[in-house]
Amino acid sequence: MTDNNHDIEQPDERVPKRVVGTPSPAASATLLGAKETAGGVDVPGVNLQDEKTAKKGEKIAALCFTITLLSGIAFIVSYVAFQVHGVESAGISNVALGGSLTLALLSLASGLVVWVRMIMPKYTLVQERHLMASDGGTRSYVGETFLQGAAESGITKRPLLRRTLLAAAAPLGLAPLVLLRDLGPSYADFPEKLRHTVWGEKTKEGKNRRLVVEGTGAPIRAADFNSPGGILSVVPEGYEHDLNALAKAVLILIKFRPEELKSGTNLNWTHDGIVAYSKICTHVGCPAALYEQTTHHILCPCHQSTFDAADGAKVVFGPAARPLPQLPIAVDNEGYLVATGDFAVPVGPSFWERGDAEAEVREKGGHA
Amino acid sequence: MSSVGPASNVPKPIAGPSSYLDDRLGAGNFLKRNLRKVFPDHWSFLLGEIALYSFIVLLLTGTFLTFFFKPSMEHVIYNGSYDGLKGVGMSAAYASTLEISFDVRGGLLMRQMHHWAALLFVAGMMVHALRVFFTGAYRKPRELNWLIGVLMLTLALLEGLTGYSLPDDLLSGAGLRITEGVAISLPLIGTWLTFFLFGGEYPGEDVISRFYSLHILLIPGILLALISAHMILMWVQKHTQMPGKGRTNTNVVGAPFYPAFMAKAGAYFMFTFGVIALLGTFGQINPIWLFGPYTPADISAGSQPDYYMGFLEGALRMMPAWEINIWGFTLPLSVLIPALVPMGIIMTGLALYPFVEQWVTGDRREHHVADRPRNNPHRTAIGISAITFYGLLWILGANDEISWTFQISLNWTTYIGRVLIFVAPVVAYIVTYRVCLGLQRSDAAVIGHGVESGVIKRLPHGEYIEVHVPPAEDIEAHIRGKEPIPVIPGADTEPGGIPPKGLRGPIGRLKAKLSKAYGGEKIPLDDGHGGHAHGDAGEHTAVGASEDKSLTH
Repeated sequence: MTDNNHDIEQPDERVPKRVVGTPSPAASATLLGAKETAGGVDVPGVNLQDEKTAKKGEKIAALCFTITLLSGIAFIVSYVAFQVHGVESAGISNVALGGSLTLALLSLASGLVVWVRMIMPKYTLVQERHLMASDGGTRSYVGETFLQGAAESGITKRPLLRRTLLAAAAPLGLAPLVLLRDLGPSYADFPEKLRHTVWGEKTKEGKNRRLVVEGTGAPIRAADFNSPGGILSVVPEGYEHDLNALAKAVLILIKFRPEELKSGTNLNWTHDGIVAYSKICTHVGCPAALYEQTTHHILCPCHQSTFDAADGAKVVFGPAARPLPQLPIAVDNEGYLVATGDFAVPVGPSFWERGDAEAEVREKGGHA
Repeated sequence: MSSVGPASNVPKPIAGPSSYLDDRLGAGNFLKRNLRKVFPDHWSFLLGEIALYSFIVLLLTGTFLTFFFKPSMEHVIYNGSYDGLKGVGMSAAYASTLEISFDVRGGLLMRQMHHWAALLFVAGMMVHALRVFFTGAYRKPRELNWLIGVLMLTLALLEGLTGYSLPDDLLSGAGLRITEGVAISLPLIGTWLTFFLFGGEYPGEDVISRFYSLHILLIPGILLALISAHMILMWVQKHTQMPGKGRTNTNVVGAPFYPAFMAKAGAYFMFTFGVIALLGTFGQINPIWLFGPYTPADISAGSQPDYYMGFLEGALRMMPAWEINIWGFTLPLSVLIPALVPMGIIMTGLALYPFVEQWVTGDRREHHVADRPRNNPHRTAIGISAITFYGLLWILGANDEISWTFQISLNWTTYIGRVLIFVAPVVAYIVTYRVCLGLQRSDAAVIGHGVESGVIKRLPHGEYIEVHVPPAEDIEAHIRGKEPIPVIPGADTEPGGIPPKGLRGPIGRLKAKLSKAYGGEKIPLDDGHGGHAHGDAGEHTAVGASEDKSLTH
């Protein structure tokens, strides 16, 4: 910037003095404003409004408060007038109640602001601050009194009293924690629970459990599920509405042309190109519900883990670290799809005790 | 002892009860000191009040909701007046939320206002925290109030999580499932924690009633206590003020509590309440009847948490698939890192900042005049850097929407995000730092040269100049409120010299280095023009005429 602050006579009104980002002149007006003494009171820092402004303010504020009064009444009337029963009536009631409430509150707020700005004085009061710390004398007095009190109580020179009191507090402090034990279930082999699903259980008749379509509960005849690229969300028969069971057992069932399946998929666990994978994402457990037919990708909509369904549902993208476990399936003598066993590895998100279950299965010569 | 009669001509209906109370409480002494307590004025001081008033609205609307909500996961068949779900099996919690929406007058309004107020509550806290951070209002003696604030922000996130999990619709269940997936990933205690939280296997039948008591009793109770403490501390320590004319570190300039501040605060409460009512009326939020009841088997695409959880969602999405298996145990880093690290960096960083700054600057003085953000460029750069980090995670929490809207490959949004999360905060830091210095220079120019008046004058020898005039008094005072950031004495010891105690050893040397970089006056206000105050403009003209040929500045 050039040093061009030449001292030249300038009419004040031609000279902009404000810089962007600095406080508005409105604030400075209160700082520098001439004293109004309309009310006859002259206190430094209290600049009274002139009577004309105040009169106008009173009218505006009164109008606002009247609107609030009327909208308040309108609210009560709306409550009585508009019954709710279903979407449409709830919508009408909502607009009537909410609209009148909004109007009442906003116009009350406006009235108050007008009151402050047009009727109350402009203030520039100044008050002194004091250090937060108390003075030295007070501090040492408190310190001495504290020590004196401690000595008087005997806690300092009677160790037996002190130690037994501390010891006494310990079990009482633990008691609330102990009380929390029954928040959890009575069993403690949580990891075991996580390793099994209801697919591993036979039905009451001792048969393999059928796969049924989620929603309709209809069993699936393999011969009818025959268009390649077809996909179904599947739940275990008998547990269609058991959320605890579904949280681990829900499946995604896909029909492939046999030549599409790659080595990652265990062909022994498929039936005629039909493959069943756990629908529970191995990342944090959302249902991996999206399927792209052309690429055979299963996508979890929560965090976009992507699995290749043609290749053992191995991870091709996203934060999931493990493939979706495959369920061994076959058909029963009526031609319906059934599970021939449980998943070989725990489904869903990883947990501390899980370990590398896939590697363990492979070590035993199995297929994860 | 007879009671002390009213000293002045206060009307009897007020004087009577007042004397009654004062005789018993001695409230007069308190009021004498506090009725005219001065509150400084600045628009940014209002941000925290949004949070405060939203909290009151939350208590009011929330209490209404508890009268009708049934925090139970018991299976029921819906038979209310919403046709779309008649005969569908669902939890009692979801059914009662439908009832609140469609069969209780004002129920939908209260539900929507409650949700909007929650969004505004967290937003108010966030912008308030940013204001306090960027103006250095957390400095001594306000560090404890800052910590209370950080704690409240954390609790507010937890309160939000427990709240939006309650209706037990498909969307809230997805959030719950992710919460479970994160909890179970914790090393050592993960499975224990989840089985205790859910009373067994996920989802169990307990979590909603448990979240309910956390949401309506425990967390709001703690929040209320902390808010009270926050207010009392603010009251006792008096509010900070912006630099300006007549404002010093030992005074406070503004309007009295009674009547002006009180009325303004009342108006502001009504505005906040009114805006929430407006949003609750016309802004549909969380239409749970469209989502259907929760089942762990289903999800809808585009599921998003409330915005304040978005940064965690983004972190989860962009994380590479890392998982470690050792000695039969699993460390799911692809869950642990995004769930804990960003939140840890942000919350711990916020909590520790006042103390780290004090350690670096050695500044143990009380501060009551707020800094303008430009005047502490490193702090401001750190803040903007953190906002960039948080903001990126937040945006990546919606990468599917971005990908869909802008037709970009979803995978690329993630790949780019993985790079940006490291690069962008650094860039933001550097840019902000430079911008701060630039703004300081422009301040120095205003003080040193005055303000451009827009008036061009032709001098007798033909040169054209723009006339500069001194800045307005209040603006100058505002700018001159700048204070150099302290540097620890001895931090600038020459190499080879002996640094003072406390600055030796590796940590001491680091401290000295940081102190030197962080503190000091980067751009002094009288930047090399100390002698060129507006008083001696006559001499200046001559110098300017011979040296300065440029007219374009």
